[in-house]
Amino acid sequence: IQIFEYNGSAVVAMVGKNCFAIASDRRLGVQLQTIATDFQRISKIHDHLFIGLSGVATDVQTLYQRLVFRHKLYQLREERDMKPETFASLVSAILYEKRFGPYLCQPVIAGLGEDDKPFICTMDSIGAKELAKDFVVSGTASESLYVWLMLALVFNKCFYFQEADELFETISQALLSSVDRDCLSGWGGHVYVVTPNEIKERILKGRMD
Amino acid sequence: MLTQLSTNQDPGEGIRDRSGGYIGGSQHHAPQKQRGQDHASRLSQARCCQRRARRPVEYVQKNVSLYKFRNGIPLTTAAAANFTRGELATALRKTPMAFSVDFLVSVMFMIFSTLIIDQNPYSVNILMAGYDNESGASLYYIDYIATLHKVDKGAFGYGSYFSLSTMDWHYRSDMSVEEAIELVDKCILEIRSRLVVAPPNFVIKIVDKDGARDYAWRQSVQDVATAAV
Repeated sequence: IQIFEYNGSAVVAMVGKNCFAIASDRRLGVQLQTIATDFQRISKIHDHLFIGLSGVATDVQTLYQRLVFRHKLYQLREERDMKPETFASLVSAILYEKRFGPYLCQPVIAGLGEDDKPFICTMDSIGAKELAKDFVVSGTASESLYVWLMLALVFNKCFYFQEADELFETISQALLSSVDRDCLSGWGGHVYVVTPNEIKERILKGRMD
Repeated sequence: MLTQLSTNQDPGEGIRDRSGGYIGGSQHHAPQKQRGQDHASRLSQARCCQRRARRPVEYVQKNVSLYKFRNGIPLTTAAAANFTRGELATALRKTPMAFSVDFLVSVMFMIFSTLIIDQNPYSVNILMAGYDNESGASLYYIDYIATLHKVDKGAFGYGSYFSLSTMDWHYRSDMSVEEAIELVDKCILEIRSRLVVAPPNFVIKIVDKDGARDYAWRQSVQDVATAAV
């Protein structure tokens, strides 16, 4: 069996004008069987930093618990929140620690850095960081997500000029269209749009199949 | 096999709190677990191996009781589920690994590594149901690879392909006990008619504010006295 396709997932993050959006699907499955339709793949680290984890659900949960622990320790020592770039390096280091027995998940990290400049990155399961200026994708639906978001880039304006509401539209449409072509992900969507002042969390209703 | 985690007896400090939890579990790959256990029983005189939990359900049971004795209040269902998940997740990556320099060396290492690494992954799927006074009833789905999820309805095994579909259609979150039993009976009927290797007997247990109790049996094969040979 393909281990990264065991539970099924789709995670995407996009950069906008002084904001970012991160979205995931909601299906938890065991190969062809759907167990739940309300699985949380995106977690908040702090108000301006979110991490979405795709891959095997058990490692998603374990890695999330480890990262929250490390961030809370950092908060106690440094008396401030971690910057997204720092957090990305932390995740990369934690993943590479397990180089020969890795956590089977691919994180997508999105945050607002200094001066509220949005930051996104993704990495593979052993911590190879991939920074991007516009969007990052992860999960079983990643190929369709790439296509949809590249098209949106080409035919519309670049994302980093889009305001929060327009960004929400773009990311939602891209997510729903992509998971419709992937049997292992879907059953709705979960979108967080984060601006310097607020976090908007929305549940998308898509094809429930 | 269904095991009761905690009873609704007083913990002894006069704190009246009632909760009951059940684990519904099914063995996944029994032979591999047995092998580890044999090693333990044979070698336990020679070395003091800490076999922490050959039977994970008993281990969780005793830890839940320990918490109650230490702290005076029972573990909530969510806490017990997360504890169980943590134990399974820790054991998941404790697999003996052999870096083979020489084939014989690596084989010997594999055999004796169960001495050094005193655990291997558990092969048990768990449905944990409990009732808390504050949050009502809840059900947790815990996979054998330590995937934890809070669900309204759950099933494991070959019968799950039929039961989950039946429950998807008929389940409502505001069902009464009688309606729930009807739904359970519908699932049992599906399993009996559709599953080639259907088990003959079923037990229905209920967990609510009055604790955990046997509700009914649905038996198609009863114990029959056989003539002595």
